[in-house]
Amino acid sequence: MSEAAKHMNDEVAIQINGMHKWYGEFHVLRDINLSVHRGEKIVVCGPSGSGKSTMIRCINRLEEHQQGQIIVDGIELTNDVKKVDEIRREVGMVFQHFNLFPHLTVLENCTLAPIWVRKTPKEEAEATAMKFLERVKIPEQALKYPGQLSGGQQQRVAIARSLCMNPRIMLFDEPTSALDPEMISEVLDTMISLAEEGMTMVCVTHEMGFAKTVADRVIFMDQGEIIEEAPPEEFFDNPQSERTKLFLSQILHNG
Amino acid sequence: MAIVRTERHPELPPPVTQTGVIGWMRQNLFSSWFNTILTIVSAYVAYHAIYAFLDFAIINANFAGTSRDDCTLDGACWVFIKQRFGQIMYGFYPEAERWRVDVGYVLGAIGIFLVLSNVVKSKKWPAVYLFIVYPVICYFLFYGGFGLEVVETSQWGGLFLTLVLASVSIFVALPLGIILALGRRSEMPVVRMVCVGFIELIRAVPLISVLFMASVMLPLFLPEGQNFDKLVRALVGMSLFSAAYMAEVVRGGLQALPKGQMEAAKSLGLGYWQSMGLIILPQALKISIPSIVNTFIGLFKDTTLVLIIGLFDLLSVVKAGTQDKDWLGLATEGYVFVAAVFWVFCFGMSRYSIWLENKLHTGHKR
Repeated sequence: MSEAAKHMNDEVAIQINGMHKWYGEFHVLRDINLSVHRGEKIVVCGPSGSGKSTMIRCINRLEEHQQGQIIVDGIELTNDVKKVDEIRREVGMVFQHFNLFPHLTVLENCTLAPIWVRKTPKEEAEATAMKFLERVKIPEQALKYPGQLSGGQQQRVAIARSLCMNPRIMLFDEPTSALDPEMISEVLDTMISLAEEGMTMVCVTHEMGFAKTVADRVIFMDQGEIIEEAPPEEFFDNPQSERTKLFLSQILHNG
Repeated sequence: MAIVRTERHPELPPPVTQTGVIGWMRQNLFSSWFNTILTIVSAYVAYHAIYAFLDFAIINANFAGTSRDDCTLDGACWVFIKQRFGQIMYGFYPEAERWRVDVGYVLGAIGIFLVLSNVVKSKKWPAVYLFIVYPVICYFLFYGGFGLEVVETSQWGGLFLTLVLASVSIFVALPLGIILALGRRSEMPVVRMVCVGFIELIRAVPLISVLFMASVMLPLFLPEGQNFDKLVRALVGMSLFSAAYMAEVVRGGLQALPKGQMEAAKSLGLGYWQSMGLIILPQALKISIPSIVNTFIGLFKDTTLVLIIGLFDLLSVVKAGTQDKDWLGLATEGYVFVAAVFWVFCFGMSRYSIWLENKLHTGHKR
């Protein structure tokens, strides 16, 4: 059991039952079943095109699923826009390409959603934003525009921007894949400290070191299915499926 | 042997041939024999063309006097423009009432300055003034009411009419174009079909036929005895026409934005209109500034087409003037003057758009 597991409790944060998704005729996600407890950290890995990004994007309905059930924080995701918005307010997301708003300063990026969605007064939102920018160690960049920052700094701003909404769940969609090698660790450190505070996290990532330190469970996906699901020690030391073994040999060989 | 550099290479200035006036001239004007000959020939031609024009327009031109007989020099007879200046500016607007137009100009200039410049920090009140209060003031000021004598729109003309046509069409076309562009990308089939239908219909016909339709066909659809003002009909036609163009310009800007921007906005819990208003449109409009201004400039010049439905804008007033028996044969002066006026306005818009693009630039500049 990892250190972070002590934050876990029995409350279910995300429940996915028999979820299927199609892009037109193409069956991208097949019978996905997953439950994530509050405080749990899940790492999702798998070869490209395996549907891992699509799966976590279904959790805040950036993608729609066509069959099955997704329940986030006790609310089921349906076409009801109000419920979708309610879930999105509680679920933060960090993207591979940061997706900061280039026309706004770092501080404005962080205060926009609290001010417009949560109706927080501006001063309060700015104070909160500065608090989180300090946590990700870039308060001095607050008045710059995203285009003036390095990739690693931008990704840390993106994390701070999500945290400003006080989310109960954080989704990470390959947060370090677009970064230069020397910037990966600064982003991972931020994510590790977030994990230590007990945040519920679902991370799609290829950083196996991160998975070993932080994850409570590792999920391996291939061709739209969950192939294997195990605690990191078991997953890395004793993988069961042939496909998992092959995948691990490929990425660990290069790492 | 391995190589290890221990000292940093000193910083050197670039070679002289690369910088300064001489470097520039060598690179751009005299880089080869062929280019040198081209430079000399072009300079010769340019000198003659510019000299001939200056000779006509300024050096040998006639500025003083009141009638054609005062034009004794070979050059342009600007007396013609001077004598008809009032009509060129205001059309047949009664002379005693022309101050109303001037007041309108001043009030408008103040509003435009406050909204477009950097002077005031919050644009909220200037925008309310310019887009809501000012049009109402203008209606009463120009048309009449509240004790002011009514001036029928048939008496409006000249540069005044051109400016009314251009600014009303611009103010209507941009917001309407944005709505049409959003509608065209909407996920609701009916909204999308209506917008696509409107855009494709209007864009596929010439402005002249839209104006004809507005002036000839519109009355047929109205109840007996109801009649729209001719100017209003032209305004409706021009606004709808340019809105269709504007919609496509804005759609181009919307499509240039990465999908991630909308996803990031959604993932933060922003609704559709919040995402559009705070994230997507500010960026899409910024990218589209060159094309938007391009459309504005085109629209400004297209206002001259209202001459075919019998409105007297700047160009038609001057054209009418050249047919006056006292001033026959002075068409060149008239058209040069009209061209100069149009150039001043269009060049101004163009410079403003460049300034705005630089101001909104937030990329790698520090």
